[in-house]
Order: sequence, then structure tokens, then C-alpha cells
Amino acid sequence: MAGSDDAPEAATAGTAAPVEPAPAPQIATRRGQELAMLAFAAVVVTTAMVLVEINQGQDVSRALLYYGVAYLGLFATAHIAVRVLAPYADPLILPCVALLNGLGLVLIRRLDLAEASSALAAGDPIPDGLVSKQILWTAVSLILFIAVLVLVRDHRMLARYSYTCGLAGLGLLALPGLLPASISEVNGAKIWLKFGLFSIQPAEFAKILLMIFFAAFLVTKRDLFTTAGRTVLGMELPRARDLAPLLLAWGMSVGVLVLEKDLGTSLLFFGIVLVMIYIATERIAWLVIGLSFFVGGCLIAYQLFGHVQRRVTAWLDPFSDYDGAGYQIAQSLFGLGTGGLFGTGLGAGRPDLVPEAETDFIMAVVGEELGFVGLAAVLFTYLLLVMRGMRSALAVRDTFGKLLAGGLSFTVGLQVFIVVGGVTKLIPLTGLTTPFLSYGGSSLLANYILVALLLRISDAARRPAPASPQRQHGPLAEAHTEMVKRE
Amino acid sequence: MNTPLRKVALAMMGMVVLLLANATYIQMFTADDYRSDPRNRRVLLNEYSRERGQLIAGGLPLASSVPTGGELQFQRRYLDGPLYAPLTGYYSLRYGSGGMENAMNSVLNGSDGRLFVRRLSDLITGRDPRGGHVELTADPAVQQAAFEELASRDYSGAVVALRPGTGEVLGMASTPSYDPNRLASFDAATQEAAWEEFTSEENGVPLRNRAVSAIYPPGSTFKLVTTAAALESGTATPDTQLTAAPSITLDDTATQLQNYAGNRCGSGETAPLTEALARSCNTAFAQLAAMVGEDALRAQAEAFGIGEQDLRIPLPVAPSTIGDIPDTAALQVSGIGQRDVALTPLQNAVIAATIANDGVRMAPEMVRNILAPDFSAIDEFDPQRTGRAMSGRTAEQITQMMIQSEEFTGGEGQISGVTIASKTGTAEHGADPETTAPHVWYVAFAPADDPQVAVAVVVENGGDGSQDATGGSVAAPIGRAVIAAALRDSS
Repeated sequence: MAGSDDAPEAATAGTAAPVEPAPAPQIATRRGQELAMLAFAAVVVTTAMVLVEINQGQDVSRALLYYGVAYLGLFATAHIAVRVLAPYADPLILPCVALLNGLGLVLIRRLDLAEASSALAAGDPIPDGLVSKQILWTAVSLILFIAVLVLVRDHRMLARYSYTCGLAGLGLLALPGLLPASISEVNGAKIWLKFGLFSIQPAEFAKILLMIFFAAFLVTKRDLFTTAGRTVLGMELPRARDLAPLLLAWGMSVGVLVLEKDLGTSLLFFGIVLVMIYIATERIAWLVIGLSFFVGGCLIAYQLFGHVQRRVTAWLDPFSDYDGAGYQIAQSLFGLGTGGLFGTGLGAGRPDLVPEAETDFIMAVVGEELGFVGLAAVLFTYLLLVMRGMRSALAVRDTFGKLLAGGLSFTVGLQVFIVVGGVTKLIPLTGLTTPFLSYGGSSLLANYILVALLLRISDAARRPAPASPQRQHGPLAEAHTEMVKRE
Repeated sequence: MNTPLRKVALAMMGMVVLLLANATYIQMFTADDYRSDPRNRRVLLNEYSRERGQLIAGGLPLASSVPTGGELQFQRRYLDGPLYAPLTGYYSLRYGSGGMENAMNSVLNGSDGRLFVRRLSDLITGRDPRGGHVELTADPAVQQAAFEELASRDYSGAVVALRPGTGEVLGMASTPSYDPNRLASFDAATQEAAWEEFTSEENGVPLRNRAVSAIYPPGSTFKLVTTAAALESGTATPDTQLTAAPSITLDDTATQLQNYAGNRCGSGETAPLTEALARSCNTAFAQLAAMVGEDALRAQAEAFGIGEQDLRIPLPVAPSTIGDIPDTAALQVSGIGQRDVALTPLQNAVIAATIANDGVRMAPEMVRNILAPDFSAIDEFDPQRTGRAMSGRTAEQITQMMIQSEEFTGGEGQISGVTIASKTGTAEHGADPETTAPHVWYVAFAPADDPQVAVAVVVENGGDGSQDATGGSVAAPIGRAVIAAALRDSS
């Protein structure tokens, strides 16, 4: 089925090229476009930075220009890496990420200034601030990003390590739960690994590893799912033994997270796997079954867990328990309401009144200081990023690539929906970071790996000749050529 | 696989649309509710991030905002806090605002429509809107005299000084006073301690501005109203003979009403109205009140502004009242300013000012001008006539009586070369009036032939709690000192 569907996609993806494979140089790599968009992102981010500094009464010095140049340099490096390592990659994905990441840095800097001035007013020592750490994380993330592009020369090689990835992913997920609280618990959530100087949330990385496993597993078994099943109530269900590893991994990952009280991530996992099954099987029935399970699970969780009930109450009416569970969401709503249509202006609001503004509630900062307009702009940037990912999924030729790209893109989309929906009281609040925007090393690192994989797949999608014989790859690359044949 | 991929893409677009719809609802339709929610500290912090306008009197910044360099960018500072507290009020993080700070808040915080033209330009230049300033009518010298006279003797009471021709408030003192600087502190404990102290009954509730918020029985000063009613209704003339008996029995009761210290009213069997007022004879005025009747008395009281609800100058003023008058005996007692008659010091000053202004009552006003942040005048105060309370002839007749009254009144502080027209009052109050020290009054204006200032002074419980205190001995010296300060300043 893939071949017939892909033909028109290939035509649109490479507009300059005829459908027939053509000599490589005639297909636009669109790297120039990427560079221009990155420069645009750098201008937007630098302007935002200047606004923050002015509104916070800081000196607008030449240093700001250097920050802008450093930021551009960082992403120019990433750009060069893409130019060399994935020349046909989608030209809009990296600029979207750069814009979001840069805006995130500006907002974190903005919250640092607010922290500093309240500390000054209270006579406390001025805290170090988070932005320098986050810049460091960004640099490390970009190194990891390049490393992924270097190591994964063809996304299909990942399929060979599917079970390894699956086990590693489950291990990472369970690790904080198994370790003593002293090295895994922060603010009541046992989802951390603390390493002295820094700490990471292994679930962020487990997310990607498990997605690789699910994609590879579903691709190898999808024929069985669709053919060897039984018909129940008019729906064809696969045999249990075909599905067992998947259900096991799925159940375990969601179960572990529920036990670790990480509601946001368990919701995210559940949604991702469900959608990947749907994409692989093309059976809407799976969505119906999955959502029924979801509703049932929610009802059970509501009955069983006090913290779930509190979340729901705080969602329905945050002001009923204003000083308790509803406080954070109420502060977020105050911020959003005060921001209104156009916002208070960057640096001119009081987003620091919202607890956890730099992590889970960073979109409340956007809504307050940039208003509805800014919030919509950020959401559209995410949408653009996700849609470019989906486009790569549609265009890539192999089913593993399709499924992985679809899953990765959907992850970003769903995560944004869960966290922004929570912050704006659309759905109950479950703790999750906003990709690229929130403060936090793990989230940033993992999302850059995710984007590197997406770029790798989009590169494969737009590359003029599938597995072009002219290109010299290492022995690994030759090995995966066999895999394609196996499909 | 492409069909489900497209559907998933579509679903994600739907999710973003949902988020946007929800954000639209919150940020546009319910935004105002969230913005104005009292629990939303942004509004407060925003107020403290602006340079709140000044309260100015006689060129002095009574209240101003000084930069702090902290999270709350400006703090309120009050010049001579206790002295000017009745004029400024307070502005507190925790306890909100009171007095003029509250009454003129929209101007001071820059949100008043009159500042809008300037705010629009601020919008374009991207500057934080600063607040407008409020220039008060008060005269610092008059204020100083009024406050010092009360505070230096440790009296609880109030003084109001008005300019009769315009209604401008020249001075408004209330003691015990308080220092609004303590309420403006950013230290929570300081604020709390100050609030406890300023609102405690034991300390006499310093936060209460007695000049406009407290009502007292006016005692004999109310005889001015009874006299005006009698002259205006034609019931009496200044020469009408009234009883001079030291005591009478109230109609249909066995209750005896006595003159002060049981004195006869002059030397004869009867005394003319002029002398009765000058000597403040209770028996004569009980008789006069009965002659005037409730309707005429009530009408005259209303003409002076008694009973006016929701008066704002722009401080809210407690309504004064003459109470219920069920029978003639009640009318007789009300006619001498006892029973349920209760006036604010401001109201009593208005009565004196109205007589001084040839019977025309001017609306009292504390604000002379609204100034833009750059101190240019925006909205100047126009004197407001609220109506004629009596004919010019009646006013002149009462003035003559008050001049005589001043001559009979003892106490210190006479000003050489200035003729004062005045009336004292010594009002019984409390559950056991015989043993409770009276509230003492002095209402006056001067110079009698060309009045520049009208004052009302009330001192609670005779000042030092003495049974023998009278309006003449305790309140009159204060009033004269305030008049002297006002005349010195205006000459």
C-alpha cells in the first residue's frame, strides 16, 4: 500500500523534481530556506530579549547583541550539521525548534529577573537564575542532536534494535520507582534520577526508546493484526499472542507511571501507543477500544486515587479550593485574563505569581505577557512543527519510518495539548513540560533527539533516489538495505 | 498507512483549534472577571508599579510616592502624617485605602477618564501611565492650628474650617489622629500593628475621621437652626419676647427643663429672642421650638443640609439627623439640640458658613484641582450653590445675635480688631448625662461683616472629662485660634 500512496507525496515534496528519480543536484535541498528562517527566528528572539530587558529596567547593552549572535551561532552550527548530515531534511523543522527554544530562553531569563527583583525587595540573596543552566542544556542538546544525526545515518537501522530499545525504555521508566526516594523524588513525584550537579527525568528518554520499539514491533506484526484475527462485534481483533508484547509494554509503562504518580506522562504514553496502533492497523476500532479503556481507567483512577480526585476538583472549579489545589490554576487564569488579547508586553506582567511558571506553566507566561495573540502564535509554531513531521511521515517510503515519524510528531502535538489544555483549564492539569519552551534539561535533551530523528526521516523522505547507490555510507548503512527488502 | 496519518494530522489541528477556542474564551470573554478578581495580586502590584499622584495642599506634597527599587516599585510617603491624616487618608498594601486616597483613587492611580488624553499619548510612547495629582482646598496654616489646638491638649474631637463664600474646606482636624506612614509600610507586621492600634476602641479609633464620620448632639449650637426656622417662618422676630424662667415643665410631662446652671434669662420676666440666643436660654428655646412646630423646624434643618444622604466632598460624609419628634416635649428638647439631634462637625460648620454667606448654602468641597502628571491643571473646582437656606435678612439678624453671643461667651483667644459671630454648645450625652462630661461645641465665623472663614469645633467629653466644661471655656479658644490662623493667612 505504501508505494501507491507515496507517489503523489514524492511529487509535492520535491516540487522542482519530476516524479522519476533524477540526478541528485537538481533537487533543491532547501537548506538556504532553513538558514533564512533560522535568521528570522534569531531576530524574533533577540527582539523579545531586548523587550524583556527594557521592560524590566535593565541596561540594554551590547551584550544583548552578543547573546543574539551566540544564539544564531549555536543554531548555525546545527544548521551546518544538517547541511552535511541530512541535506534533504525538512527546512522548517529546525527553525520552528529554534524559535521555540529561543523564546523559552527569553521567558526563563524574564522569570529570573522577576525572581531577582523579589529577592532584592525581600532582602534575600539574589538566586543564581536558571537561564544560564538552560543555555548550557541547549548547547548539550544540540551536541546530542548532531550526535544522533551522525550515529543514525539511516532511521531504518533503529528497527534492528527494537527489543533492546523497548527493554531499555521500560528499565528507564521503572528505575526511579525502584531506586530509593533520596535519589529519585522531587516534590513528591518519584520520576527523577539525581546526579549531584544535575538531575534527569528518565521518562523523557524512555518515551523515544519505547516509540522505536512500538514502531518496529507494529511494522513487523501489522500483517498478522489485520489478517489472523477473529471478528468480534463486527470488528476484527488480532490474536492475543500477536499483540502480547505490545500490550505488555504498554500496560507496564502506563502502570509504572501511574504508580509513580506521573499522570501527565502516563496519559501521553497511552495516547501515543493508541495512535501508533491506529496508524499501523488503519482500524478505527482500536481507537474506540482504546478510548473505552481510557474512560474506564479514568473512572477507576478517580475512585482509587485521592490525588486524581483533587486534580479533577481543581479543574472543575479552581476557586473552590483557592488556597489549596486550585491555587496554581487560579493564578494561571488570572495571568491569562490579565494578559487579554495583546498581553501586558514581554517583561511588563507578573507571570512570576504563577507557581512553576518556568516549567509546567510557561504557557501561562506567554498568555499573560504576549496575550492571546502570542499564545496563538506559539501554538501555530507547534502546529507547523508537527505538520512538517507528519508530512515527512507521509512522504517517507518505508512503513517503519512512517510510523516512527507519525508517532514522534504526534508526541509533540499531544504533549502540547495536554500541557496547554491543563494550563488553560480545558482539561484537568497533569504535570508535563512544554516541549522546547519549558525549563528542564531532560525535556530539552529528549526533544532534540526526537527532532534529530524526525529530520533524519524527513531527509530520507526527500532524498532523490531511495538508497541512492552513489552515496557512500558505512557498513551499517549497507546492512539496512537488506531490511528494506525484507519488508 | 497514509490515510490514518492524515486523519491524525487533522485530529491534531482539531486539538489546536480546541486550545485556541478555550484560550479565546478565557482571554477575551472572561478576562475582565479574572483581571478584576480581588485575589488577583497583579492589579495591586500594578498599582504599586505606577507613580501614584500626589495629594497637595498649599504647595506642600501631603502624600507622595517615592521609588523603592524593590518589587513594589513605589511607596507612599506622608508629610506630617498625623497632622494631615484627615485630609489624606491612607494607602495600604494589606488594608486597601481610606479617606482621600480612596475617594480620589481613580485620579491618583491614573485610570480616571479626565486623564485619558494624556494616557493615550503615554500609550504611544509606551510609558507606564503615571497618576494624576489632587490639589486640596486645605490651608496648611489652618490645618496646623486646628490639629495643634486639639492634639496639644490631648483632646478627642474635631475641627472643620470652611470658606463661607465657596464651601472650600480650609482645615479638617480629627483627634486622636494616626500616622498613615505606618499603614503604608511594606512590612506586614508594622502594617498589622498599626491597623490594630488605629482601629481599637480603647485608643478612640484614630482611623475614624470625626469631622465627617462621627455625629454628635449639637446642643445649643442647634439653636441657630431653631432661630432660623422661627425667623423664616415668621413665628418670631429678634424682638419677640420669650420666657426668662430658669426652668419650665415640658408639655404634657413632668420633666423639668433648666437653663444652664439654673440661671434666669436676663433680668426680666421675659427676654427678647436676640438675648435668649446670646445667653443660650434653654427654656426660651423650648418655648420657641414649640411655637415653630415640627414641620418648620424640619424644613429649616433640611435647608441647612441636615439629613442629606451620600454627601461626598469627595470624602463620604455621614448623614446628620434631627431624629424622630413624636410629641411637643420631644420638639422642645430637639429645639435645643438634644434628644436625637446629631450632627457631624462638618454639618455644623456648614450651618455657620451658610449664615455667614447671607443664607446661601455652598456645597462643601475638599478638592480644588485635578492635575495631570506634569502638574498642569485639568479640572478646577467650581463653587456649587446648593440653595438658599434663608433670606439674607434672616442671616443678617442671626449674625447680629451671634455677635452678641460671642460677647457673652467667655474663654480665651479673642482676636483684637476682628468681630466674631459665634454660638457655643454644651451637649449632654450618654446614658447618665448628669455624671458624664458634655461634648462641647463652638461654631463661628469671622469677620462678622465680611466672613472669610467659618469653623465648627467639637471636643468630646469636655476635653479633659470635666463636668464643668462648656463650649465657651474649652471649644471657643480652639475655634478662635483657627479663625486667627485663617485670617492671618488670607490677609
